[in-house]
Amino acid sequence: MSARDDILNALRSRRDGAISAPAPDFTVVTERPWNAAEKLDRFQRMIESVHGEVHRVDEDNWVDTVAELLKKRGVRNLLAPRKHPVGQALRESENPDMPELLSYDQTIEHWQPTLFNEVEAGITSTRGAIAETGSLILWPSADEPRLMSLVPPIHIAVLEADQIFATFQETLSLQHWSRGMPTNALLVSGPSKTADIEQTLAYGVHGPKELIVLVIEG
Amino acid sequence: MPDTLTPHSNVRQFHPRARAALENPQIRANFRKAMDGLMDKRRTAFAEWDLETLRTLGANIRQQALANLPDLLEQLEKTLTTNGIQVHWARSSDEACEVIRDICVARGAKRVIKGKSMVSEEMELNHYLEEQGIEALESDLGEYIVQLAEETPSHIIMPAIHKNTGEISDLLHAKTGTDRSHDVNYLTASARQQLREKFMQADVGISGVNFAVAETGTLCLVENEGNGRMTTTVPPCHIAVTGIEKVVGTLDDAAALLALLTRSATGQHITTYFNMISRPRQPEEFDGPEAVHLVLVDNGRSSIYQDDELLDTLRCIRCGACMNHCPVYTRIGGHAYGTTYPGPIGKILMPHLLGLDDTRHLPSASSLCGACGEVCPVRIPIPDLLVRLRRESVDGDRVHDSRMRGHGLKRSTWEALAWRGWQWLHVRPMFYRLGTALGARLRKLQPGKAGAWTRYRTSPKLAARTLHQQLRERQAGTTGVTRTPQQGTSQ
Repeated sequence: MSARDDILNALRSRRDGAISAPAPDFTVVTERPWNAAEKLDRFQRMIESVHGEVHRVDEDNWVDTVAELLKKRGVRNLLAPRKHPVGQALRESENPDMPELLSYDQTIEHWQPTLFNEVEAGITSTRGAIAETGSLILWPSADEPRLMSLVPPIHIAVLEADQIFATFQETLSLQHWSRGMPTNALLVSGPSKTADIEQTLAYGVHGPKELIVLVIEG
Repeated sequence: MPDTLTPHSNVRQFHPRARAALENPQIRANFRKAMDGLMDKRRTAFAEWDLETLRTLGANIRQQALANLPDLLEQLEKTLTTNGIQVHWARSSDEACEVIRDICVARGAKRVIKGKSMVSEEMELNHYLEEQGIEALESDLGEYIVQLAEETPSHIIMPAIHKNTGEISDLLHAKTGTDRSHDVNYLTASARQQLREKFMQADVGISGVNFAVAETGTLCLVENEGNGRMTTTVPPCHIAVTGIEKVVGTLDDAAALLALLTRSATGQHITTYFNMISRPRQPEEFDGPEAVHLVLVDNGRSSIYQDDELLDTLRCIRCGACMNHCPVYTRIGGHAYGTTYPGPIGKILMPHLLGLDDTRHLPSASSLCGACGEVCPVRIPIPDLLVRLRRESVDGDRVHDSRMRGHGLKRSTWEALAWRGWQWLHVRPMFYRLGTALGARLRKLQPGKAGAWTRYRTSPKLAARTLHQQLRERQAGTTGVTRTPQQGTSQ
């Protein structure tokens, strides 16, 4: 018999018979009475507590904020989406401080060393955020591939303030995740970190050393 | 039993190892500091929660998943397959290793990069792959350090917790040429650089799984470093390996367990990354592995599954809170156990994986203080299960059968006889009184040493007068023996 059949048979012919299990009650993880302002405040507080940097910006000035933040850090290039409005707005900008904008428009095999060694920052959109834990929701795509938010030392994420959900459970239900999951879905809460050396926090161990969130209000 | 010195066979050497650890001030200081910090952080993280209700939710979600385990596994197989992820089943560690080898060989893979996976530790996968001529490199910083030191993890969440910065600096210097430094940022940056090269060169990435969601065919990974995302995204092939009990029904189930897992483990409200994988790279996508496999490993789990009481062991979500709060683990560290999973959860899990014969010392390496059961996010009654395993190891119950492999091996005829005598005496009042009176008379002859019991304790002495005698005197009002609480405690 195959391993599969052996295992399933062993489980189905359980010696002590059927297992009783009380139905889970999810109330304790769902009821959060926060309004929009409270959700934004909480999101900011939580993600800042894990070393995330938050800037509240307007629809018409966020591109300049990106240029300014990157100039201050001496960043020379920025990997940005080609089609998403976030990428388009950056590409249309005439701000002289905007670093060179790069595109992820070929398979990783074609430019892996460049991505790993030369790209200094990446910017992505988000599908919203979770107030309770200070988490960004990312669904990477062909326009914003998975490594865009992982490999460059700086990750900038653009978040619409009205897309902040109270809890992960609420996100799952309001965005109907169970109807169809993408290849990869991510919650990102702060920059990459480790405490594996004597419990001392160090950032950027494998992923970005810095996570900058631009929250677009209004 | 084979005599080879694999990490598993070390489990028989529990006592000498525990003693050595107790006498090592460095190990004791490292663990004390780390566990104190983790207990504090967990408490803070749950401060605003109704923790008892949340633990009940966690327990019920896991119990429900176990109640439907075969159906959920079939559903998971179906949704994953529809999504393009290939599913493999393995009865044992060896079979799981072979499945992974076959995938690697078919791809001509020579270099494997690994994310953290306790099941792969259980399988001793790295060792196996090296024997097959396949390089397997750990990428989690703690696992990487442990691998360079040719050791095994001493904690399931923080593998290198037994080492301090100086020791790690020396190790990295000796093995990788990194300059000696006590600057953790420098050491981390240097590891980042070295491991990035390895990610780019790797043919296969192997990871564990925290939750496998049946309804959507999604593999969930919880991590802080980003090495898990690297492992599952950069190499052209990703192999996930997990125990069959990690399946849950819905995304909601996974989300609720996530809330318990990270807070219980490290006191984080959430880890930096929650990585949910449902498909290999699609034609229009530019990165991600072209092939994704899931290996479902039984390795003794289906036999734990048979018994209503032992079943609770399978609720575990591998947070490590039980070891963080364990007074024994904190003092002897993870290596003394000699098992893949140390601490309280290891003591109730490893006897199933290795047999009670090899692991006979584990269930009794506990003071039964109950801390592990109190903090367990899915309410595993660890102390009760320890008592059950103790009972099985001596076949000490005439009502319930012993069911575990290697049960009864600790049963000693003399001990059984002594308890039979004890029982005989205690149901015969006249002989009991005679016996205790005689004991009180002969108390001077009582031996001062009683084997292992008195190695760290003074031997208990029989009282000069038996309880019966004292009570008679008290009723007669002859002396002031224990007449008031003050007098009683001053004795």
